[in-house]
Amino acid sequence: MENQTPQPKSEAFAAGQPIISCHDVHKWYGQFHALRGINMEVQKGEVIVIFGPSGSGKSTFIRTLNRLEEHQRGQIMVDGIELTHNLRNIEKVRTETGMVFQSFNLFPHLTVIDNITLAPIQVRGLNKKQAGELAMQLLKRVGIPEQADKFPGQLSGGQQQRVAIARALAMQPKIMLFDEPTSALDPEMIKEVLDVMIELARSGMTMLVVTHEMGFARAVAKRMFFFDQGQIVEEGSPDQIFNNPQSDRTKLFLSQILEK
Amino acid sequence: MTASNQILPPPTERYTILNWLRKNLFQNWLSSIVTLVMLYVIFVSLRGILVWTLTEGQWQVIIANLRLLMVGQYPLQQIWRIWIAVGIFGALIGLSWGLWIRQKLAATLITLGGPFLLALLPVDTATRLTWVGVGFITAAGFGLARVFPRFLRRIVLVAWLVYLPVVLLLVRGWTAENGPIPTVGTNIWGGLMLSGLIAAVGIILSFPIGAALAIGRMSRYPLISAFCVVYIELIRAVPLITVFFMSQTMLPLFLPSGFNIDPLMRAMTAFTLFNAAYMAENVRGGLQAIPKGQHEAAAALGLSSFQSLRLIILPQALRNILPILTASVIGSFRDTSLVMIVGLLDFLGIARVVLAQPQFLGRHIEVYIFLAFVYWLISYIVSYIGQMIEARTGVDATRR
Repeated sequence: MENQTPQPKSEAFAAGQPIISCHDVHKWYGQFHALRGINMEVQKGEVIVIFGPSGSGKSTFIRTLNRLEEHQRGQIMVDGIELTHNLRNIEKVRTETGMVFQSFNLFPHLTVIDNITLAPIQVRGLNKKQAGELAMQLLKRVGIPEQADKFPGQLSGGQQQRVAIARALAMQPKIMLFDEPTSALDPEMIKEVLDVMIELARSGMTMLVVTHEMGFARAVAKRMFFFDQGQIVEEGSPDQIFNNPQSDRTKLFLSQILEK
Repeated sequence: MTASNQILPPPTERYTILNWLRKNLFQNWLSSIVTLVMLYVIFVSLRGILVWTLTEGQWQVIIANLRLLMVGQYPLQQIWRIWIAVGIFGALIGLSWGLWIRQKLAATLITLGGPFLLALLPVDTATRLTWVGVGFITAAGFGLARVFPRFLRRIVLVAWLVYLPVVLLLVRGWTAENGPIPTVGTNIWGGLMLSGLIAAVGIILSFPIGAALAIGRMSRYPLISAFCVVYIELIRAVPLITVFFMSQTMLPLFLPSGFNIDPLMRAMTAFTLFNAAYMAENVRGGLQAIPKGQHEAAAALGLSSFQSLRLIILPQALRNILPILTASVIGSFRDTSLVMIVGLLDFLGIARVVLAQPQFLGRHIEVYIFLAFVYWLISYIVSYIGQMIEARTGVDATRR
């Protein structure tokens, strides 16, 4: 088995091995078969957009990649570590993987700066000063350094989501997962979040993004996956997906969301 | 530019007593009638008590027995130890007020003036001077806190943590009969001091135990959660008074023979374990109100489940249940009066001793009014402090 012969990580990736590889991943909620054999490989630096109707399993899938959801069959390798019941491996994968949620999930009892510095201090062992400098850098990067000492409840939705991105980046992750990051936002705030994400994508971050923002996909996605009923129905570059979709299901879905 | 797109200040309302009266009490004929009826009801119900208190009540019984009511039969020549405890308490209150709650001017004046007010009571001169001393110590604490806030913050927190053990040790003493700090048996502790100590020990210790039980109850491990569920449900199904009785009669059966703990310790243990069960349910309510996304966000950052609990979940849970915690602290304080049943001379117990004195036979109305007033006063202060803490750290403080 893979976890008995751990490979030296960085060398392996230099040779072009995928940073994420999923093989025949299945997941059930009770009787409901939510993921039905997902196969996916992601190379370092790729930006992947996952889209599909609600209930298609796209969020469930992205959440299995840092084990917020447990898969029941198949194999998931992230950064050379297989996700199993081994808690230490799970924590290791999570420190290397940032996640941004639909509902932001900032810690409301902590100020913005404390939200960002918490994990670097507690998990990475940075001291308060280092973490604070890192946090201010990241806040500048997402464009809201002046909000550092406010509480999340005092910020707008778009600002909160940008703080959430900064919080995830503060762990200096190798992979960023975005679970519908703009779905809970007002239209005029979507852009400010997407701009941050586009900047991040262009800086070479490996990103998996569940979203219906097709403008974002067109701008930065390397590949797109269309999910339906727990399966990958179609995969391809944005050019292929938008201009020459193969499956009728994909065509129908795209026509519906692009109409809006 | 038209007037409509200018940014305007909010309309000002002239605020006079007459306006206030009209707006709140006499807005229309219906509210005027309600106001008049309520004034009459308040007047009639309070008149009796006030008139009796001021004219008929013979308060000599309280004045003569004030020491007994406060500290029971604690030996007179050792009372300085209790005064030291009171003095430290005053200093800590002054410091904490200066560090955290200084904005409220009226409340600050009352807090700092409290000891001086107590000095006005009809007591002997030495006691009055001591209260004045406590007042100065409290004010000094407040002043120090204003001058060195950064430096003192951590020290004051630690001081609060060690305050109760230190006081218990000081009140009990540790040397022989003729030594400087002779042991005073718990059997002669009494009065308000005893009530306060039982309440403080019970509330403070029940807190970590209750939190542990609440977390245990939600644990994945079936044996841990089963133990916590059984404990909580068993204790909550039994009246406190029964728990006190059991602690006096049954606890010795569980201990090795010859190993005896005194009745006060038994009562404190029983009270703590009883409160812990209720505290556990309070904390569990707070824990369950935390959205799942908070657990997920903490986990996704790589925090262990213990770190997540300590840094993310518990702080929010406790903040959410602050109002309930205040209420249960007040409830627990009043519940201490039940220890009278097992023969301890707490505030209520000592009142019965006072009433048995031949020269004060039949003075029970005075004594019980005094008791009720003191219980009310302390409960109100706790409630007020609870509100202050809520205002500083509560949900609203982070959502302006």
